[in-house]
Amino acid sequence: MGRILVCAGTGCVASHSRQVTARLKAALHAHHLEERFQVDNTGCHGFCEQGPLVIIEPEGILYCRVREEDVEAIVTEHLEQGRLVERLLYQDPVTKEKIAAYNQIKFYRQQSRHVLKNCGHINPENIDAYLAVEGYQGLKKALALPREEVINIIKESGLRGRGGAGFPTGLKWEYTFKAPGDRKYVVCNADEGDPGAFMDRSVLEGDPHAVLEGMLIAAYAIGAREGYIYVRAEYPLAVQRLRIALAQARERGFCGERILGTDFSCELYIREGAGAFVCGEETALLASIQGERGMPRPRPPFPARQGLWGQPTNINNVETYANVPLILRRGAGWYASLGTEKSKGTKIFALTGKVKNTGLVEVPMGITLREIIFNIGGGILEDRGFKAVQIGGPSGGCLPAEHLDLPVDYDSLTAAGAMMGSGGLVVMDDSTCMVEVARFFLNFTQAESCGKCTPCREGIQQMLAILTRITRGQGREGDLEQLERLARVIKGTALCGLGQTAPNPVLSTLRYFRAEYEAHIRDHRCPAKSCRELLTYHIDPDKCNGCTRCRRRCPAGAISGEAREPHTIDLELCARCGTCLDLCRQKAIYVE
Amino acid sequence: MPGVSLTINDKKVRVPAGTTILEAARELNITIPTLCHDKRLSPFGACRLCVVEVRGRKNLPAACVTPVEEGMTVLTESPAVVEARRTIIELLLANHPLDCLTCEKSGNCRLQDYAYRYGVKRTPFEGTRDQLPLDDNNPFIIRDPNKCILCGKCVRACQEIRGQAVLGFAFRGPATRVVPPLDVSLGESDCVFCQNCVAVCPTGALRDKYLAGKGRWWEFQPEAVTCPFCANGCHFYLLRKEGKVVAVAAGGAAPGRPMCLRGRLALTLIFCEEPPQPQIKTEKGFAAVSWTEALGLEELAGKLWPK
Repeated sequence: MGRILVCAGTGCVASHSRQVTARLKAALHAHHLEERFQVDNTGCHGFCEQGPLVIIEPEGILYCRVREEDVEAIVTEHLEQGRLVERLLYQDPVTKEKIAAYNQIKFYRQQSRHVLKNCGHINPENIDAYLAVEGYQGLKKALALPREEVINIIKESGLRGRGGAGFPTGLKWEYTFKAPGDRKYVVCNADEGDPGAFMDRSVLEGDPHAVLEGMLIAAYAIGAREGYIYVRAEYPLAVQRLRIALAQARERGFCGERILGTDFSCELYIREGAGAFVCGEETALLASIQGERGMPRPRPPFPARQGLWGQPTNINNVETYANVPLILRRGAGWYASLGTEKSKGTKIFALTGKVKNTGLVEVPMGITLREIIFNIGGGILEDRGFKAVQIGGPSGGCLPAEHLDLPVDYDSLTAAGAMMGSGGLVVMDDSTCMVEVARFFLNFTQAESCGKCTPCREGIQQMLAILTRITRGQGREGDLEQLERLARVIKGTALCGLGQTAPNPVLSTLRYFRAEYEAHIRDHRCPAKSCRELLTYHIDPDKCNGCTRCRRRCPAGAISGEAREPHTIDLELCARCGTCLDLCRQKAIYVE
Repeated sequence: MPGVSLTINDKKVRVPAGTTILEAARELNITIPTLCHDKRLSPFGACRLCVVEVRGRKNLPAACVTPVEEGMTVLTESPAVVEARRTIIELLLANHPLDCLTCEKSGNCRLQDYAYRYGVKRTPFEGTRDQLPLDDNNPFIIRDPNKCILCGKCVRACQEIRGQAVLGFAFRGPATRVVPPLDVSLGESDCVFCQNCVAVCPTGALRDKYLAGKGRWWEFQPEAVTCPFCANGCHFYLLRKEGKVVAVAAGGAAPGRPMCLRGRLALTLIFCEEPPQPQIKTEKGFAAVSWTEALGLEELAGKLWPK
């Protein structure tokens, strides 16, 4: 029996994949194909830009951007006559070749999908689909081992926290295990807040049982009987799938009292966050679970000793927990064979920006940025020049072309002034202004600061004010030194990770693109031609044929000139809206 | 003696394990500036003014919440520390009304003291200096949110000493403020005007209304007194000016018992030359009442002086 898998991740649902599913079911019925084909929904493939995605199995043919109207063609041509619907196939952005088979697409072929293996291939709302791919075998294996042995396996695997800081997971488990206290907790940080990062959401939506299994293994290892999943309320689909998964796991005895007939009992609960970025910080997250305002507190004591309700608590994020069942099933040795000396396994990146293929990319640690951006990502959009890659979300940094061959692992990234963070990768081309990029990220962090500590609350606000002035052409001598001093103080003195890393976008752009800042301040010029207040529009008199199009449509009335005579722009009046540039057929208008 | 040995500014000290760097420094008479720290309240670590340099650490930890470690070498006034403290003071001043000339708190203000100590004459930063309305529709406390530096002492005092939890943080980022529930005024809130918050406020954000206009801090000769009205013994200050007691200021709560309005009022009645007319909160607002009623002594008075 053939299977038709329709992606039901957030991206595809937003582009109407539910309607595609309904139409498919109706069409199968109408064409009497229900006996031969079954329609099933899956979680996210991480290729949202091409959605809605439909895969026909067993051949593994991928159809992209499938609209309701396309369903009929898929049914009549592909299912009935065995002919591929050419126009819906994926086209390689580089070779322009149409590719039919999912696993032949370069975007997927060059990845090492282990954590994401099930995402897009199993129905996340059906526990049997998970069980069919060795689901809960890791838990079964763990429960047969002494707790210390499970912790040892995680330690030997070399798994490090995927939430950003990269703390060794096994060590964290061991601390919590050894911490005195008979009530212990496991907590899953699913408060994914970095703009552009959506790997945790995809895992929760596409393979929720893997996260539950990871948490249950952790709970067993540290001796916890209760756990919380702190998930963003802005992820309604993830919350819904988690609820379904949790109910099914309870029903089948994987969660709750006497799990799998052993003495181990553990109950898991879902807590929805209220939309504060800072609640991704572990102590703020715990405060929020307790019903308090999400504000970080000083550490020590670390949550491993005093966490939820003052009890020893193990906190890992979604991706970390999703790695755990794999390690248990396939062994620490297998896991440690992936990646580099100090960063083991794979990491999921959310590749976005000015790159041809955008989406989730799972690669072994140590792969270079160049491989991710140019091989998997297919290179820069419109084949423009690569300028920088912003890595690690708002706390990360911007790395220039000379770092393209940097191996992507925790330590190399930190040394280069960026960080792994949650794994956001925003590719920027030569039209991007790096001062504006820094301003953009600081605008985010200043608004999301919890307001508790002075350097973060007041300092980021001041850095933002300086950056805003610079992008408006009002930069002053001494601004860069002021930015550097503020960055140094905020990094050195802020209470939590949010503040300590908030200056990174400024520091890394100052480190690699200082000349761009200087051009803004000294020459009142934006080299990337992006900062509106610094641009001047001009008409090339040799190219202008005096067609009057721009003059008639200029909203500021800044253009003058007789018909069939070259026009001119009054820079005093010009609002820099770019209307004339878009209108001119002679390409006579240029920006400086 | 069991404990932890460390060096602070080249001086060796041995303290019990679990001591903070701040407490260890106090043993050596080294003063580290603090705004949000109060040993009677839970550790908070928010103002970051008490940051110190610890050899071998990348960041500057806050002395008030960092426990000492064996062999630690701490510098409390290194160039990096002084730069950080100056910057933090400048940042706070960027959003603080610089009206020390007429501020009631002048002379008794930590922010002013530390600006003086670190020679911060002006701030290079342009803050928003919001013009938030003054909250003074009650007879006891003036709350000036513009002067608040968000140290959170009042929030903790209200919650931890009194158990009242009238004050809390609201909003996020630069918009963060300390407010009573639903952002109402103190007069409309469940505030009982115990003044624990006023006693801990390091700036002029929370002030005793009765003190307003009575004199500058340096004109007073404060005398510490213990409240005799119950067995706990909270601290108050009789503020004398030119020999006359002009006001009773809240000092601090006794362990295990919050200061109460009744104690302060009774002290005011006894010691002040011109005690104010007490007021009681009714549904319509504050109304003037007799001292007998304010102190809840009607039953006793009825027995002593039957009508």
